[in-house]
This record gives sequence, structure tokens and C-alpha cells, in this order.
Amino acid sequence: MVNHVKITALVLSVFLSACAAPTKAPVSLYEEIGGQATIEAITDNFINEVSFNETIFQYFEKTNITRFREKFIEHLCVDTGGPCTYTGDTMLKVHQGQNITEADFNTTVDLLVSAMEKAGLSYLQQNRVLRILAPMRGEMLYK
Amino acid sequence: MIRTCFKIASVSYLAVCALPSVASDGKLLATAGLSQIEGSGGGGLVPWATLSGYDSRDETSVTAFMTDVNITDYRLSSMGAAASFYDRVELSYAQQTFVLPASLITQLSLGSEEIKQDILGVKVRLYGDAVYSPYPQLSVGLQYKQLDDDFVADYLGAKSDSGTDFYVAATKVHLAAVGGYNLVWNLAARATKANQLGLLGHGGAGNNHYKVMLEGSLGVLLSPNWVMGLEYRQKSNNLTAVQEDDWTDVFVSYIPNKNINITAAYANLGTVATKKDQKGIYLSMTGYLW
Repeated sequence: MVNHVKITALVLSVFLSACAAPTKAPVSLYEEIGGQATIEAITDNFINEVSFNETIFQYFEKTNITRFREKFIEHLCVDTGGPCTYTGDTMLKVHQGQNITEADFNTTVDLLVSAMEKAGLSYLQQNRVLRILAPMRGEMLYK
Repeated sequence: MIRTCFKIASVSYLAVCALPSVASDGKLLATAGLSQIEGSGGGGLVPWATLSGYDSRDETSVTAFMTDVNITDYRLSSMGAAASFYDRVELSYAQQTFVLPASLITQLSLGSEEIKQDILGVKVRLYGDAVYSPYPQLSVGLQYKQLDDDFVADYLGAKSDSGTDFYVAATKVHLAAVGGYNLVWNLAARATKANQLGLLGHGGAGNNHYKVMLEGSLGVLLSPNWVMGLEYRQKSNNLTAVQEDDWTDVFVSYIPNKNINITAAYANLGTVATKKDQKGIYLSMTGYLW
């Protein structure tokens, strides 16, 4: 009986110490894709893609691109788990009054995918970014 | 066949000329799905909640498709077209040609070696967007089926040479769901009396009431252009003369752009009109005309 208890205690302590062993902190998507440099590359590629798309560019005609770039970088950094603070307006406020159609929204997603591709994100990393951004669609469409 | 091709081509041509300003490419690549064997937008065997084309709620779309299923003793080809309006309503037409084996033709002393069936479909999206809405996209639809010649259906004891299937389908795309891969699933419930899609008529001595059959699809987007998955379709067994089994398939789809998709599948259709272990290759192509 005593033996049993000893063995149990031994097994348990081995098991628990295995659990307590320091596990590597999970790398954020931000770090995995290459941090600030990649976030900036995605943003610059995206601005470039938009500037070459007549339909989508219409939405940006009155946009202050310097400010847009800064806030977009902050947003993307926060979204992917990076060490930033977003200082811009809410997604609703930014897109309100533009009456963005579903077709144009989806075209813009295509442009973003292309921007990520050119910044070197793998297909799986692109999916993970889209998964984070997808719920924001409600604050952008037909507002 | 040539006449049908011509009809589809001319209708598409007219349609393209009539509504050029609302041409569709308002969905993400691959999210338009495929053309189902009965003409509706879907997987290969199962109708999905998604509509046939890449139209968003401000656009329309037209697609044309050809499917060929070559199994042990039979061959089934299906061709047709579908139009989708503002991502809300889909209208579809398909003509199926079911080629019978020589043994069966001799046995029944049939005048024709094939059975033809026309299928008209309507689908309405009730809720959601497969990719973006929190809950799955939901649609309801019907497929009206009419045989050209009811000799075989009659001989096997079917009660009618025409019938209507009603279905409800739910579809959801989960972004980065499995190790970063996008996952898509669809579940459909179909109220039907059809025997082998309606090719052997509707209803029979065993059962002449509507039965609810479950159908499902599961797919993984391996890349932006490749989808792999499997499908299951439950079948009713209304005829006492011949057995009918559930259908399954494993498929691979190649979607290079928003103009075309090509699908190859390995299908297992079980016993079909007295012939056991009907397995073979399913090939399908959909052209997204606009």
C-alpha cells in the first residue's frame, strides 16, 4: 500500500514537473511574418495596389495617404499581436459615408492578399491575417 | 448535344451583351463553388447554400458547365447553365444523359440506349455569406425533374416520370481553421421521391412519399487554387425491383482564376439499376461567363 502511494507520488511529481517545465512563449503572428518591416511592406504594397486600381482608388481620392499609412500600419501591427497602439478612428468612422459595395470590398481584399503575397507571407499566414480582419467587414460595408 | 451547346452559347452571348456593366467578380476566388450534377451551384453531388457565380449583391452572373461520370457499367453526362442574380436568386437548367449498358438494353429490349432528363432549379439565399457572416450561409431550393421517356422508370415500378426535390443547405468557410488552411463545409437536407436522381423516375412500390435525405461536403483549400475534399449523399430506396445505395466521392478542384474551374473526383455510387459496385471517375468543368 505504502509502495503504491510512493509510486503514485513519484509518477505525479514527474508528470507535474513536466507540466511546469518552462514552455516557449508562442510567437505572435506579427513576429512570425517578420515584424514591423513586413507590416510596413504589406502597407506600402497595399497602397500601391490601390493606386493602380481605378475603382478602389476612388474611395481614397480625398485620403491623406501619409496618415492612412501610419494608421494602417498601427492597426495591422495590433491585429497580428505586435507591440503597437492604434491611435486612429474606429473602422466604422473611417468607412462611414463611403457606401462601400460588397463587390468593391471583396476586390480590396484581393488587393490586400496580393500585398501580403508580395511582402512574402505564406498562403497559411495570409489566411490567418484574413481570419483576424474578416469580422471587421460589418463596420465597412454599405455604411 | 450540338444544339444544346449552341443554345447555351447563344443565351450566354445575349446575356453578356445585355448586362455588361454588372459583370461579376465580387467574391473571393473559389468561393463560388462548383456546378452540382443536377445544375445547381454546389459541390459535385450536393447542392450548396452558395450560388453558382461570383456575383455580389450588386451583380449578376452566368455560368455553364459540363460533367461526365464514367462508372463501371454506366455513363452519366450532365450539361447546363445557371444564372445568379445579386447573390440572392439562382436559376439553373441541366440536361442529363444516362447511358445504359448493352446487357440491360438487350434484357429490356429498349429502343434507346440512353435515358434523358431535364432539370430546372431555383435557389434562394436566405441568410449570410459563407466567408464573412458569423453563422453559415443558408439557402433553400428546388429541382424540378422531367424524364424524356418513362419506359425504364415504368418498367422498374416508378410511380411518376417527373418530380420535384426541395432542399435546404448551409455552407460555411472557416478561414485559417486547420493549421492555417481554410476549411469549407456544407450540409443539405433534401425532401425527395427521386430514384437515382430521377433517372429511374420518382416513387415506387417500396415508398411513394417524400423522404428527407442528408447530404454533406467537406473541403480544404490547399492553396488559393486547389481544393480537396469529400462528399456524401444519402439516397432513398423506393423501388422494390432495384436497390439504390448512398453515394460518396473524393474530389480535387483546380480554380486557376474566376473564369473556370476543373474538378476530378473518384465516385462510389454503389448499386445502380441492378449493377453492383459502380465506381469511377467524375470530371466536371464550369465556365464563369461573366
